[in-house]
Amino acid sequence: MRGRHRAPVPDLSSKLRVLMNSTLFVLASLDGLSYAALVFLVSVGLSLIFGVLRIVNVAHGSLYAFGAYLAATLSLLVTPISPWLTYPALLVASLVIGIVAGGLIERLLLSRVYGREEVLQLLITFAVFMIMDNLQRMIWGVQPIYAAEPLKLLPNISIFGVSYTSYQVIVLPIVAVLALFGLRYFLRRTLMGSVILAVTEDREAATAIGINAQKVYLITFIIGATLAALGGALASPTTSLVPGMGTEMIVLSFAVAATAGLGQIEGTAITALAIGMARAFVIYLQPEFEVLVPYLIMVAVLLVRPEGLFGATKLRKI
Amino acid sequence: MASRSTVLSWTLAAVVVAAGVIPLLIPSMATLVVLILAKGIVVLGIIILLQAGQVSFGHAMFFAAGSYTAGFWGRYLGVGDLFAYLVVGTVVATLLGLLVGLFVVRYREIFFGMLNLAFSMVLWSLLEKMFHLTNGADGMRVPRPTVFGMAFSPDNFQYVLLYLTLAIATAATFAVQRFLESPTGNMLRAIKSNETRLEYLGVSARRVLLIGYVISAALGGIGGVLVAVAQQIATPEFAYWTKSGEFVFIAILGGVGNALGAFAGSAVFELVRFYASAQLANSWQLILGIVLIAIILFAPNGLIGLWKRQRAARDET
Repeated sequence: MRGRHRAPVPDLSSKLRVLMNSTLFVLASLDGLSYAALVFLVSVGLSLIFGVLRIVNVAHGSLYAFGAYLAATLSLLVTPISPWLTYPALLVASLVIGIVAGGLIERLLLSRVYGREEVLQLLITFAVFMIMDNLQRMIWGVQPIYAAEPLKLLPNISIFGVSYTSYQVIVLPIVAVLALFGLRYFLRRTLMGSVILAVTEDREAATAIGINAQKVYLITFIIGATLAALGGALASPTTSLVPGMGTEMIVLSFAVAATAGLGQIEGTAITALAIGMARAFVIYLQPEFEVLVPYLIMVAVLLVRPEGLFGATKLRKI
Repeated sequence: MASRSTVLSWTLAAVVVAAGVIPLLIPSMATLVVLILAKGIVVLGIIILLQAGQVSFGHAMFFAAGSYTAGFWGRYLGVGDLFAYLVVGTVVATLLGLLVGLFVVRYREIFFGMLNLAFSMVLWSLLEKMFHLTNGADGMRVPRPTVFGMAFSPDNFQYVLLYLTLAIATAATFAVQRFLESPTGNMLRAIKSNETRLEYLGVSARRVLLIGYVISAALGGIGGVLVAVAQQIATPEFAYWTKSGEFVFIAILGGVGNALGAFAGSAVFELVRFYASAQLANSWQLILGIVLIAIILFAPNGLIGLWKRQRAARDET
């Protein structure tokens, strides 16, 4: 997921000083930016689903992985015809996974556990995670898969003297920003968006005025699942696909969504950027603590503000 | 009521005898039964928390604390004694539980679950990345310990471990059942039904939950030591979130209303995993996932609930 063209990493002894006044600073920022864009797409889907359905979707990382694998498969399929077809392939893959897998999960399983105990809702998505993890190994095997065609098509660009792939520093952030504003517009300016917010606010009242809550849940879940699959599809050219990629992504996106406050769309964007940047800088400073960073931030934030950085404080009900 | 509890004690006795005798007839089962019992002990802790309506998606951290106690001991102090592993592992897990518990008991439901997850992922990253101390992702070997100062051959050791685990599991089951029926246990259930009323009685809900949390952490540590000794290894995976999910899974599978559910769930889980890995080309996750969905949709009280329902139906006819 990191840049392919980087300056050699210097000795860690003079790390901070070097980082501050060298191209490494730019490099780390760009790494962080492209990484944050992907993490945002996945986290915001998770956050949206929780905001509306009140269910933490443990299978979210599997949707990410399925999006990535299907995108890679389709890319490899269409590359001989024209490499440019790989771009629509990424989009098709995320839509197929989001609508088919997401739709099936909501209709067949989640719709039967609304209103049941929280632990059962959580565990049913855990069961989906186990099933999808197993299916993924059966369909795509355990060997790493590479499909970097979309990344190779676009030229490298030079930013403050650092050469970086424009796919990672331009395409990915643009898609993330489009998703952010698209979601904002959809939820706050369209009828369907208002309906979703109404059901979130008060399901009974919304149902009483004729809103079909079932449909709202289905649509929300499909949007969330598609965002996860899109994150995976866009990530597929930048990394090798291996089993376990979804397992890692779910906790990471969960850390981002929880740090921001579940259900907070703009907050998720800011948090994804912060955690992405922090992680990128730590990679250059102290690489062994890379995976630790998101969780340390999460623990620190949740201890002080359990509702997340941007979440609204909830009054205690008697 | 009396007849039902008699039935339960007889069932318990039958289960204990079966767990003790079957491995004598089929030696290859000995380690499997140890794993079932050890994981059941951890799941007892999950069941305690579920009484209060709280789901910990990070309980694997206490499991790993127990396992790594044995691992560190083996690496830095040489071959130790199983009894010492158990004592130190339980103490370490208990202290960790107290430390983490002081923070997490302030929160409920999803926030409780999230904080637990975050803490366990911190532990996981540390275990995996502090390579020079923990041997990283490969994990630490746990050499076969002595038992009360006596060294055993591998064949004999697996039986010693089995009977010791069986004794601990039985004691833990009784202790947990007693705890759940005690005033504190009832207060724990009151957190789920109405925490505010509990506080009106002058009881600190946080303290009650902390007691439950520390006990469940201790049980996690015991289970962790036993699994590490049985498998002779402790790896960072022991602290990963999927492990925590597995424990909650087993609790729901068995049924959370009764301490026996932990072992029923654990037995089904491990047996399916064992036989499906061997016979059905690595599809154990698929099978267990489907089983879990079926349980959630059709038998929310777990295997124990199914069994009770069947008994009730038979009694009526």
